[in-house]
Amino acid sequence: MPKLTVDGVELEVPQGATVLQAAELAGKEIPRFCYHERLSIAGNCRMCLVEVKPGPPKPQASCALPAMEGQEIRTDSAMVKKAREGVMEFLLINHPLDCPICDQGGECDLQDQSIAYGKGGSRFEENKRAVTEKYMGPIVKTVMTRCIHCTRCIRFAEEVAGVEAIGAVGRGENMQITSYLEEAVNSELSGNVVDLCPVGALTSKPYAFEARPWELKNTLGIDVMDAVGSNVRFDARGREVLRILPRINDDVNEEWISDKTRHCVDGLMKRRLDKVYIRKDGKLTQASWSEAFAAIKAVDAADSVAAIAGDMVDCETIYAAKALLASMGSAMLEGRQTGLDYDVSSLSAVNFNTGIARTEEADVILLVGTNVRWEAPLVNTRIRKAIKNGAKIYAIGEEVDLTYGVTWLGNDAALLARLPKAADDALKNAQKPMLIIGGGALSVKGAQGDALALAKKYKLVTDDWNGFNVLHMAASRMGALMLGYAQKGGIKDIIKAKPKLAFFLGADEVDFTQFSDSLKVYIGHHGDKGAHAADIILPAAAYTEKNGTYVNLEGRVQRSDKAVYAPGDAREDWSILRALSDVLGHKLPFDDFAACRAAMIAEVPPLGDIGVVSFGWDAPKLEAGAKGKIAYPIKDFYLTNPVARASETMNRCSAELIHGEEILEAAE
Amino acid sequence: MSFDFLADKDRIFTNLYGFQDAGLKAAQKRGDWDKTKDIIKRGNDAIIEEMKASGLRGRGGAGFPTGLKWSFMPKEAPKDKNGNPRPSFLVINADESEPGSCKDREILRHDPHKLIEGALIAGFAMRARAAYIYIRGEYIQEARVMEAAVAEAYDAGLLGKNAAKSGYDFDVFIHRGAGAYICGEETAMIESLEGKKGQPRLKPPFPAGAGLYGCPTTVNNVESIAVVPTILRRGASWFKSFGRDNNHGTKLFQISGHVEKPCVVEEAMSIPFKDMIEKHCGGITGGWDNLLAVIPGGSSVPLVPAAQILDAPMDFDGLRDLGSGLGTAAVIVMDKSTDIVRAISRLSYFYKHESCGQCTPCREGTGWMWRVMEKMRDGNAEIEDIDTLFEVTKQVEGHTICALGDAAAWPIQGLIRHFRPEMERRINDRKGTNALPETMEAAE
Repeated sequence: MPKLTVDGVELEVPQGATVLQAAELAGKEIPRFCYHERLSIAGNCRMCLVEVKPGPPKPQASCALPAMEGQEIRTDSAMVKKAREGVMEFLLINHPLDCPICDQGGECDLQDQSIAYGKGGSRFEENKRAVTEKYMGPIVKTVMTRCIHCTRCIRFAEEVAGVEAIGAVGRGENMQITSYLEEAVNSELSGNVVDLCPVGALTSKPYAFEARPWELKNTLGIDVMDAVGSNVRFDARGREVLRILPRINDDVNEEWISDKTRHCVDGLMKRRLDKVYIRKDGKLTQASWSEAFAAIKAVDAADSVAAIAGDMVDCETIYAAKALLASMGSAMLEGRQTGLDYDVSSLSAVNFNTGIARTEEADVILLVGTNVRWEAPLVNTRIRKAIKNGAKIYAIGEEVDLTYGVTWLGNDAALLARLPKAADDALKNAQKPMLIIGGGALSVKGAQGDALALAKKYKLVTDDWNGFNVLHMAASRMGALMLGYAQKGGIKDIIKAKPKLAFFLGADEVDFTQFSDSLKVYIGHHGDKGAHAADIILPAAAYTEKNGTYVNLEGRVQRSDKAVYAPGDAREDWSILRALSDVLGHKLPFDDFAACRAAMIAEVPPLGDIGVVSFGWDAPKLEAGAKGKIAYPIKDFYLTNPVARASETMNRCSAELIHGEEILEAAE
Repeated sequence: MSFDFLADKDRIFTNLYGFQDAGLKAAQKRGDWDKTKDIIKRGNDAIIEEMKASGLRGRGGAGFPTGLKWSFMPKEAPKDKNGNPRPSFLVINADESEPGSCKDREILRHDPHKLIEGALIAGFAMRARAAYIYIRGEYIQEARVMEAAVAEAYDAGLLGKNAAKSGYDFDVFIHRGAGAYICGEETAMIESLEGKKGQPRLKPPFPAGAGLYGCPTTVNNVESIAVVPTILRRGASWFKSFGRDNNHGTKLFQISGHVEKPCVVEEAMSIPFKDMIEKHCGGITGGWDNLLAVIPGGSSVPLVPAAQILDAPMDFDGLRDLGSGLGTAAVIVMDKSTDIVRAISRLSYFYKHESCGQCTPCREGTGWMWRVMEKMRDGNAEIEDIDTLFEVTKQVEGHTICALGDAAAWPIQGLIRHFRPEMERRINDRKGTNALPETMEAAE
């Protein structure tokens, strides 16, 4: 622990800290552009200069300088101020004065820091440099004249996203940041470079000229595009969420989010269900709430009623439906829409037990039937970090580009029972072995049993390490399982029971033809597959329009807040179920959201504690002997759910990045 | 003339002008590869001590003591993550790109075996596994000669396994650059060798700790390495007998510009400027009264006006005292026919063109400085602009990752320091004539 002084204040800093970190610990703010906590150190912007003794008699870049015992650091001397002013002047001479039309305005590092270090006027009388725009795909808009060459985007693409698609060409003042051959950056994390860019060179293309940051109301939310539960911020103006940004949570998403999380946002205003509909003579016609409720009552279902939870619903909705069914005498609940029927006798056997953050610690990882890059992009970045720490990766499944080196063992579930020697040895000798089973593998009969056998064989579970992981893809999955949405035989049991009445809570991936004998009530927010098949549509709120509890794939309970009101006649899901219960004569015992949540917590107490639920480790003994090919469930990363399918941006991404269509730009 | 000029018997580079063959046989006749084995037998530390005692300072421009630099290399090979020892490397900087410099070229094409033998001895002394010779891209013929010489050395058993029967395994690789000035900076050279874009690295870590491929590395200039075998054969005290204290040895001077006979010549350090020009270059064109200024160490050092340079000893300390530097000893002589502002402006253009663009002050500053210098050329500016220009050079100097920023700033600082009246005259003259301002074009 080196001891040093910062502006005369003595303090001790952790071993390996940089001078910049030391200064921050001392409460001194150091201006910076290129330095970023989560990226490698570049040291090229020269804004973080400080005076350090002992050392050469010139200012030093504090971001790259190791803190040493006995250093005297000055952040406030005349030399430092002058040096920073000089650098700021250089940054500004070729930076356009277009703040009024720049989308970064109001949240621009260059703007902010020029207030502290900028000169009042310019001494640069020459012509400013102009740089041609570079095409970086449907997500990132470029105005490269504004670029200050901090190289954060390059480092992010290389280090975090794992695509070597952004780089610098040319040198000196002609250096330009560009994507490789000006092709779209093919990464599901590319939107993060917009957050990283300290100026307005890389801005969000779909969000261009939409709003100013000071017009927006910020709400803390949880993402539902995948099961990671990324912490996000909904930025809304009026009744519309205009953008979604990541919040920092080192346990979950660090400070990144996937492009789907960020840019599905325009889908929230399209194809919305904002009226009640009843199917009459095969056609959906507008109706009133009371007509719809009466129609549901008319079925006289008694206890022949089922509820299917969709992928994006919150725990409160799931609970309210469960309570309604319970009051009617039914427990036909299921959340695994596509027919999965894995054993849930112990949730520890279907949980991501290692935890997202601790994935970095693993030294050998075996991926079984999972395309992590698409199923959970932010788990994939953790695996990349594990590799950086020396981990080896083996995988069973169809070969895909996961952005890192993988030893592919083949696409045959039978490999689980007889791993090749290299993988076998590696897992045997590993200190922290990890097994990740994807939804694709879970659909193969016996795979879960094989995987649990491996857990025993390779001692995946020790006192301080649990290497057995299931990678879910639905934000609602763990919550629904905790609330008992699982039949022994999966959704097939419900189909067999032929319920008279079936509620689909935002469930769009079900094979609706199997429910031809049921009155299908769709409670959801988008006119997608579920609404097409429904007999009655009750318009509900999307995830930005309601408070809700979500449990992510590692069993982390998180809460999301309501950013805006649902459009039209749409109501929050729990209130729809509450109103319906009254009509059906089974009035639910809660009149507001808080009471609904309290009732849910009373039934499943862990849902009341923010943080990771402990499921212990109680592996059931299951039938093994899986064989056959494993298919990845996600065919198109950008179109996995109704919100994304409604989003223009996501459709464009899909067309261009997945199907390789040339997107023509309007000649500007 | 009081100076003891270097006697022929004391010349290290006896084939500097290529009058003899560059091949192995001819080199051996000149004394190269003579009992190399015995030199190596002396042991790593003895060689480094001898080099320290010789007082050799790096010939690449910075003048850092060579023996001391070698002693920074680890004695015990550092271990990598898996516990395997990492090799050390010697990188020889033959990316001679400094405007005015042309000494390494003569060594490469006429005396390649001096360099290869030096590489083996130096590599052995610093416990290096191999040497990489990074040759400037434009030196095509030189690279061919070097490649042929290395092949000869391998065939003769002087390199490779049990090099020169010394029991030491050593390889030499030739790598050709692509013509970027910045790749002459040691860490940019390492990046370039690794196949990356030639951009200087942040220091620390220094190359001796983590250099090429993350392994301990020393980067030395061609001349520094090529003189090693001779120093070790003739002894440190012989080498030390030339030059003033702290500036010992012989040195290749490269005199270009307005002298009667421009040349590359090996001379003793600390030779007075005037003596050197008289003896080797046949004087200044138009006589000594016609001398305007001298850039004594390659384009990146500040110029020295005629009056100050005449009796100055040509060595590191002597020129530093004049506010300039010896650099690579590339002496650029300018007589009174020179448009001094234009000359410095051309250098500014060079640095603007060669800046790698990595860090802000150099990327933005070199272009700015050049543009203002272009205005200064014909006085299309205000008097205050000179002060602004000076301040801009100060804002670049010392704020960059590598020394290119300094190199771009110093020539302009030298100009303003010594020729401000000339710059002001141009501005005033232009005002007097009320000339219309010309539009400036980038001269590309």
